[in-house]
Amino acid sequence: MTNEELKAYLQTWDDKLEFIEPVPDDTSLITVLDDLSGTWLNVEVPLSHLKGFMRQLHADKETAFDYLFNMTGMDWGKELGVIYHLESKRHGHILVVRARTADRENPVFPTMEDIWNTAHLHEREIFDLLGIRFEGHSNLKRIFLTPDFKGYPLRKDYEDDYMILRK
Amino acid sequence: MDTTQVISTDQLRSQEYFLNMGPQHPATHGVLRLILKMDGEIVKDIEPDLGYVHRGIEKMVEFETYRQLIHVTDRLDYLSSHMNNEAVALAIEKALEIEVSDRIKVIRTMMDELTRLASHLLWWGVMGMDIGALTTFMYAFRDREMINEIMEQTTGARLTMSYNIPGGVMFDLHPEFPERVKKLIKHMRKVLPEYDRLLTGNIIFKKRMEGVGYLSPEDAVNYGATGPVARGSGVKSDIRKRAPYSAYDRVNFNEVLEQGGDNLARYNVRMKEMYESLNILEQLVDNIPEGPYQMPTRTLIKLPKGEFYQRVETARGELGVFIVSDGKKNPYRVKFRSPGFSNLNALLKVGKGWKIADLVAIMSTFDFVIPDLDR
Repeated sequence: MTNEELKAYLQTWDDKLEFIEPVPDDTSLITVLDDLSGTWLNVEVPLSHLKGFMRQLHADKETAFDYLFNMTGMDWGKELGVIYHLESKRHGHILVVRARTADRENPVFPTMEDIWNTAHLHEREIFDLLGIRFEGHSNLKRIFLTPDFKGYPLRKDYEDDYMILRK
Repeated sequence: MDTTQVISTDQLRSQEYFLNMGPQHPATHGVLRLILKMDGEIVKDIEPDLGYVHRGIEKMVEFETYRQLIHVTDRLDYLSSHMNNEAVALAIEKALEIEVSDRIKVIRTMMDELTRLASHLLWWGVMGMDIGALTTFMYAFRDREMINEIMEQTTGARLTMSYNIPGGVMFDLHPEFPERVKKLIKHMRKVLPEYDRLLTGNIIFKKRMEGVGYLSPEDAVNYGATGPVARGSGVKSDIRKRAPYSAYDRVNFNEVLEQGGDNLARYNVRMKEMYESLNILEQLVDNIPEGPYQMPTRTLIKLPKGEFYQRVETARGELGVFIVSDGKKNPYRVKFRSPGFSNLNALLKVGKGWKIADLVAIMSTFDFVIPDLDR
């Protein structure tokens, strides 16, 4: 599917997806982000609906996103979030999905490990560097840094006067 | 003691224990630590412990300019340094909407393939060494030296070349470059069959490879494997074909696919890819177009606000560079989707149920470069 077709198809999911809690009437399931440069379709999904949306993207025959090729943990200043890059090996289309949370103290995302196993290590990395917990992950602990490391280095408010040289 | 008593095997019990493979294990080619849960000699579970060469590159580049960013990427997967550089350069060019000249595209493609060849040669050498065939190392390093010399002549460096810059390459090709490449192609076509005679047909080698470490195509996709690991399972994953960049849309080459999914299939993919690299080089070496080797760019590069993603095929698989820009001179966030990190995830699946010696052989066909995993 092209980006436009994909967009139109995903917008029909608002009332079709009954298996998750209903989407409030005044909001739609997906928000299309047009202001980002790039050739791929960017959508944002509320965190509460993320898991159901992703599971449907994987299972639906029209979308069939079977390959999660990148997962990026983000710190947007006030909010933390995750960007998922999905590709369908069968159809060849690509979709970028993101979700965010304003809770910086205890950010929790659903794990994607049971849908795409490649998320297993990526989620451990994001937990390690940004402190986002993934609910349901089989072995969530620090991967690069030592277990007694304090703080999450990729957060924008992380301070380390000794190691980070600010220019 | 009654020595005639026979103990039946179901009376014997085994106990699970943990074994550290690495961080200083010769077969891990660097500092990768795998914590193995063992039952006798059988690997029951694998847990990776990374970070021994974690340098915080993603944080570091948030305080660097876009020109400096390229030089850091050499140190990711140092055997694919040219492709890493290229990924960043292409992402920046995409953001600034710079269309580079044909000469730059061809130079980059040729350098890519030389790097891939050098990387596969090194892999072949150390892979043989991992499973006990020491001669391969000598052969591979002898021939890899030719490529390193070509690199040195043009770029001034042998391994971490930093040859790409936003909008082109740093220097023009050395006048002797085409001649040397032709010599290399001729030489490689002669020695690659020798490699096969030395190792591929060897019965001990075959027993270590055939049927060992099976990865199904579905798992390859689901576990995020790319590059020769995925193609060894018959998954089309070559970015050079799926999303052509530089001059890959104008050369003829095959995406090497093997259906076996075992060690031998992954081995064969890399061996055949070396021939494909030679094919690509052969098509381009006489057709290097004239033109500038650098496009005009500003000294201080500022990317427009937005998100830019570039995928390239390194010797190990798909590398993704994801740059989030807020319009300043430094990137807001850079993520490197390194091929080795995702391939490691597949190893955790593949390695289960094999003996330690098999795990060494499986790891050698996965071809890890540890700085690429750790970043």
